[in-house]
Amino acid sequence: MLTEKTLEKLRILTESAKYDVSCSSSGTVRKGQQGMVGNTVGGVGICHSFADDGRCISLLKIMLTNYCMYDCAYCINRRSNDIRRATLSVSELEEITMEFYRRNYIEGLFLSSGVVRNPDYTMERLTAIVRDLRTKHRFNGYIHLKSIPGASQELLSEAGRYADRMSVNIEIPKEESLKKLAPEKDHKSVFLPMKFIQQGVLENKEDRKKYRYAPRFVPAGQSTQMIVGATSESDRDILSMSSMLYAQPSLRRVYYSGYVSVNTYDSRLPVLKQPPLVRENRLYQADWLLRFYHFKVDEIVDDQHANLDLEIDPKLAWALRHPEAFPVDINTADYEQLLRVPGLGTKSAWLIVNSRRFNRLTSYDLKKMGVVMKKAKYFITCKELTTAFAQPIVGINELSPERLRPLLVSKTEQKRAAEEQQLKIDLTE
Amino acid sequence: MIIYTFDGTMDGLLTAVFYAFSFKEQPEALLAEGDEMPLFCERVYRVATDEEKARRVWAGLEKKLSREAMRLISVSWLSELREVNAPLFRYICKVFRLGDISRNFADNDVLAVTNIARKVLHEQLRMKQFIRFQKANDGTYLAVVSPDHNVLPLIIDHFQDRFNDQPWLIYDAKRHYGYHYDGASDAVRITFEDEASVPFCLADGKLNDDVLSSDDRLMQDLWRTYFKAICIRERMNPRKQLNDMPRRYWKYMTEKQ
Repeated sequence: MLTEKTLEKLRILTESAKYDVSCSSSGTVRKGQQGMVGNTVGGVGICHSFADDGRCISLLKIMLTNYCMYDCAYCINRRSNDIRRATLSVSELEEITMEFYRRNYIEGLFLSSGVVRNPDYTMERLTAIVRDLRTKHRFNGYIHLKSIPGASQELLSEAGRYADRMSVNIEIPKEESLKKLAPEKDHKSVFLPMKFIQQGVLENKEDRKKYRYAPRFVPAGQSTQMIVGATSESDRDILSMSSMLYAQPSLRRVYYSGYVSVNTYDSRLPVLKQPPLVRENRLYQADWLLRFYHFKVDEIVDDQHANLDLEIDPKLAWALRHPEAFPVDINTADYEQLLRVPGLGTKSAWLIVNSRRFNRLTSYDLKKMGVVMKKAKYFITCKELTTAFAQPIVGINELSPERLRPLLVSKTEQKRAAEEQQLKIDLTE
Repeated sequence: MIIYTFDGTMDGLLTAVFYAFSFKEQPEALLAEGDEMPLFCERVYRVATDEEKARRVWAGLEKKLSREAMRLISVSWLSELREVNAPLFRYICKVFRLGDISRNFADNDVLAVTNIARKVLHEQLRMKQFIRFQKANDGTYLAVVSPDHNVLPLIIDHFQDRFNDQPWLIYDAKRHYGYHYDGASDAVRITFEDEASVPFCLADGKLNDDVLSSDDRLMQDLWRTYFKAICIRERMNPRKQLNDMPRRYWKYMTEKQ
């Protein structure tokens, strides 16, 4: 039974859970069933609200408890922090989830927990909740379950039968930095559960080839998160890790969380006035390039460019480093090449390959379709933007990348990048 | 300049296509009744809607276009925008003349219809996101909306699939109709004879106190508490919030009331 007291607990446990950035409810389509509540839509997923910080609210993101036996420097819930602690009862948590879902507030539940007693004990309680939701409450919506590092394989494989997605957070891409900030953790405790889940997913795939109605195992795959700006890792370290993870079949999403200074007293951590939002944004753009634009990680970052350019997006940065790849002819280039043009996204590339079968496209057509011509015009030729006409084209090769770059950096982007750079310098002094 | 006028219905528009072909002419403009007439025109033809002719044009269109393209046409019509009439009319005429041009986005009319359809699809997604139910004491869940486009027909399947064991009513306050699902059989379209006597407020969508279920207020408080607590203050970004959740949807949303 929910009462006024639940309000306070909900507030405390939400505050504790909010630094986990994973939000999506995508990755699996499951129709509604007679006698069950809910469905999952797949595709882009449904965001039910947007908080004042602009982040989407799709799932009820909450911790079962914020008591924790670990003392990880970057975490708000670390043992040595003097914050208010609370624990929701199993029935309270289930009831909130069901009532919120029935009112169309949420797509489902994203459940995590602080570690109490030992990893297995905690994991067992989380598993009990998702089992209850599926079997007792007949809940058919989305469930994202955080798996506790160090939990046993048996528990994970039971939980995986009820959850749509499971995640284990890497948090820090390099093991030595992780050990410095979280002495009780190591990379093994993260990668082992990931491996368990992966095995489960692969075995399940085999089973479903033989038995069509074999119950599904973590159908929406795994996700993970890395904290950005709490340690000295370069963007190259972070993106290499992501690229390695994406090579595994069950890993669907890597999230990047700009470090919010929650534990300012800890001298192992930098003191940031603002979370590194520009850098975080650039990392997401690079992540998109890896997943949807057929880029390889060493094309985005390399030895000379270990960190992403804060002033311009990673695709434009790549284009400026590779003038030899341009101009791209809009009317003949294949889809992959079109994707490499700054100002052209997956949507406009799709519109182009469809439309050019009817007639040769002009820059006017491209503009109508929503191509950002301000950027793209330096990198393409199309029907009238060719040397064949009297008007000479002014592209990246005519201008040279050094002279083109200032034309494409907007004042606001420059300012935001400079402000963030400033913060970084402050902290090294 | 030849101008056709029609009664503003889809059947009327399809009938206009029929006459354009039987008269072997392409009118410069198709205007709905009540639209402003241009000062000078050679001839105005008033299209009398004919369901049979409309059906024939629609069937012909189905032979030429993919199902996806047909769906986009229907969806664009739900926009209820006057701007859709002329491009849609020309688009359909062109299909009969040139064949399947539904993916030629360099064509102004195809692009216009596609973009309008996309707008409607965007709003139907927003309804799936932002509809908020309140529970009445008889167990019915109520949500009031007033979308820019007539998107209810596009979202009913989703809600029926998702909430198949709870009775609900989704009501469009702007168009004065809604869909009611009784928890078992298919949702039906309903209108109220006397809208003033309904037990909820059309302006903010709130159920009257005497019919609101006893635990609903607590649930609303819990949701508002959650909404406030999930925000990270160091990352405030009201511009992004407004972008993704425009203010015109707030009036029916529990967390913003």
